[in-house]
Amino acid sequence: MSMIGLYGKRLLPQFIALAIILGLVSIAFPGFFNLQIQNGRLYGSLIDILNRGAPVALLAIGMTVVIATKGIDLSVGAVMAICGAVAASAITSGYSLPATLLITVGVGVLCGLWNGILVAVLDIQPIIATLVLMVAGRGIAQMVTNGAILTFNDEGLIFIGSGSLFGLPMPVVIWITAGILVALLVRRTALGMLIEAVGVNRRASTLAGVSTPVLLIAAYVLSGLCASVAGIIAAADIRGADANNAGLWLELDAILAVVIGGTSLLGGRFSVAASLLGAMIIQSINTGILLSGFPPEFNLIIKAAIIVFILVLQSPKLQGTLAFFSRSNAAPKPAESKAK
Amino acid sequence: MQPDPDTILSANRIDKVFPGAKALSNVDFSLRRGEVHALLGENGAGKSTLVKCLTGAYHRDGGTILLEGAEIDPRDTLDAQRLGIGTVYQEVNLLPNLSVAENLFLGRQPRRFGLIDTAAVNRQARALLAEYELDIDVTDGLDSFSVAIQQVIAIARAVDVSGKVLILDEPTASLDAHEVAMLFRVVRRLKARGLGIIFITHFLEQVYEITDRVTILRNGQLVGTRETASLERRELIAMMLGRELAAEVHDEAGTAKTADGPVRFQFRDFGRKGRVNPFNLDVKAGEVIGIAGLLGSGRTETAEVMFGARRADSGTATIDGKAADLSSPRAAIRHKFGFCPEDRKTDGIIGDLSVRENIALALQARRGWARPIPRAEQDRLAAEYIKALDIRTTDAEKPIRLLSGGNQQKAILARWLATNPEFLILDEPTRGIDVGAHAEIIRLIETLCEKGMSLIVISSEIEELVVYSHRVIVLRDHEHVAELTGAEITTESIVNTIAGPAKTPSKSAAAAGEIA
Repeated sequence: MSMIGLYGKRLLPQFIALAIILGLVSIAFPGFFNLQIQNGRLYGSLIDILNRGAPVALLAIGMTVVIATKGIDLSVGAVMAICGAVAASAITSGYSLPATLLITVGVGVLCGLWNGILVAVLDIQPIIATLVLMVAGRGIAQMVTNGAILTFNDEGLIFIGSGSLFGLPMPVVIWITAGILVALLVRRTALGMLIEAVGVNRRASTLAGVSTPVLLIAAYVLSGLCASVAGIIAAADIRGADANNAGLWLELDAILAVVIGGTSLLGGRFSVAASLLGAMIIQSINTGILLSGFPPEFNLIIKAAIIVFILVLQSPKLQGTLAFFSRSNAAPKPAESKAK
Repeated sequence: MQPDPDTILSANRIDKVFPGAKALSNVDFSLRRGEVHALLGENGAGKSTLVKCLTGAYHRDGGTILLEGAEIDPRDTLDAQRLGIGTVYQEVNLLPNLSVAENLFLGRQPRRFGLIDTAAVNRQARALLAEYELDIDVTDGLDSFSVAIQQVIAIARAVDVSGKVLILDEPTASLDAHEVAMLFRVVRRLKARGLGIIFITHFLEQVYEITDRVTILRNGQLVGTRETASLERRELIAMMLGRELAAEVHDEAGTAKTADGPVRFQFRDFGRKGRVNPFNLDVKAGEVIGIAGLLGSGRTETAEVMFGARRADSGTATIDGKAADLSSPRAAIRHKFGFCPEDRKTDGIIGDLSVRENIALALQARRGWARPIPRAEQDRLAAEYIKALDIRTTDAEKPIRLLSGGNQQKAILARWLATNPEFLILDEPTRGIDVGAHAEIIRLIETLCEKGMSLIVISSEIEELVVYSHRVIVLRDHEHVAELTGAEITTESIVNTIAGPAKTPSKSAAAAGEIA
């Protein structure tokens, strides 16, 4: 009971923000909450948000863990492009679907391993270490596709982008499953606590016997893995690999999702669920602005304004002030009882 | 309060309330001209709160402050400085990247034609420091000097800016004996000039050495103000703790101890270049080995090499006759080693995690991530050690950074005790913690060794080493130079050994060694 209560309290600001945004969009676009079932599959704006938000949600899962270690992974957008290109070229050169998926995920893991080794073994600052792959990654992806958009027609691969399972689009099923798996992995084992310890104080954790390098590398590998799955979904969605645009700027959306989710960039306490809510908040804003019929040139500005508002609500300074007000209302009672 | 013409600063019936806690209630305090006045109390007694009320860092909720008979109400520390109350903190709050002269005159540099007159700044800085017998190049960066010299520079600035009352907040916490002596010469000189000096410290020896009166606070209330010379140490401690600390540690000194267990841990030619020269050390079960030496003599380095925090590049270690790999903390922990580092904040605590998680961390790290300690077991561990070590915290879920230094230290000790170590290294376990926790930790060291644990304790408080050590290793210049046993373990012999044979190093050489 108290665990659920605690968890609910942790996620409350994100739920409130999401509810307000969805409410506002529904005012501008009355049919917003409508859901229909066609051919055994749910359709509607809400499902669309869940679906379109899949890549950022997946990236946010890995990003949360990396940020919890006091790191950051700027390369995830580029890794998406690499993995999309690898998947497209593998499937078009005749590999089976399972082989293609395995190769692609393997490439994602390798990318994560590269980042992890730079950070954990060579002790390079994460922002610089991952910047390397962010810049080089798109070049690698272009080399894989020879600079062209590589299209494919494999039904199995396309299914991952646009098929459906249990009435939900495949990308939704995939990110929700990934989110649950990672959340269980970190909270049912001691990984979560050890990652938080490393993020808060790496040196003290090492002295307490935590195998810091292994944990750091694992965090970046997870991030690379999530990026590769997001890359497969993005490629499958458009039935082709676009080395120039796949995953472009999505690393920033992923970082934003984590920040909206309330995980500090200084490392430490993290919540995968809150980051996923953050990803959905971002996607709701994107979709909402489109549906509400604002001129496209306003989109980015409105998005920025909403995000600033959410971040202000979360700022420690404002929360301190709010806490002060709520306390000053409730203060007299405990003070009296203490005096006795 | 009788009016006393000598009184320079007096605070009457000061109240300060924090949400949920009364930090000060009805505290009276008075300071005379030309007096060094110690402010004592356990952590959380209200010392810093009182000082902050005097310097305007906090706004008091009740009471009056009189400076030279006139009521004052400092809005902030700047305001207090203008009124004449200057403060120097344990962590020097000057700018390390600026020169000494710039630090001394920052914000009030002499100008010529509207530009800063650098030559005048340097000239005046030299003149100012000459009063403190400090002959240094004032154009050098502040960070090229030792903490002790930086302290003196901070004092010089504070006195020059304010000049009536000087508050020293634990100025000696990170100084060694030599540097403390230098600082005290400065303090005595200022006292002779008629300044009122408030001195906050945890070291009782220093209270007796330098102060004229002491004011003792406990739980935000005034316990009393006494003349230092006529106050017995036992009584002073009783006033601070509010209970008779049955056997205050010093009573047990002099009883020669020997451990007669088998030798379990053997280090042969163990060392690391540039850190600590190869040394031999045998440690028996149930033995406490004290390590003494000046800062930078290789004390901490010895501990780090033994624990694998820095890999040894020479020698071997054996445990119970078998070769042991101590190349990393993880490897050392596998051999049931534990290590409480000197710098709690950067090397010990995981600030944002709860007391419970901090206690469970080392045990969890040893079990590996795949075998989590069940929550109920963690709760039990935390509750057990919070009770056993008397860790003062509202609950086990409080982030550890919110605890006081002594309680953080106990939590780190609990982290290792939870792993059932057989070889525990404590680096300055009692530094910067209040007297109550101090005595408790010393008692804990004795209990652990009675249970058969082997302990290495590094401490710069020599009297403390005398109390619990079976043997004392003395270090000088990265070298284990002497081993004292049995009746040889006295404060004088340790001090003499540290000081070295006949030829004492020159003052500047010693200072250089301390910086390194």
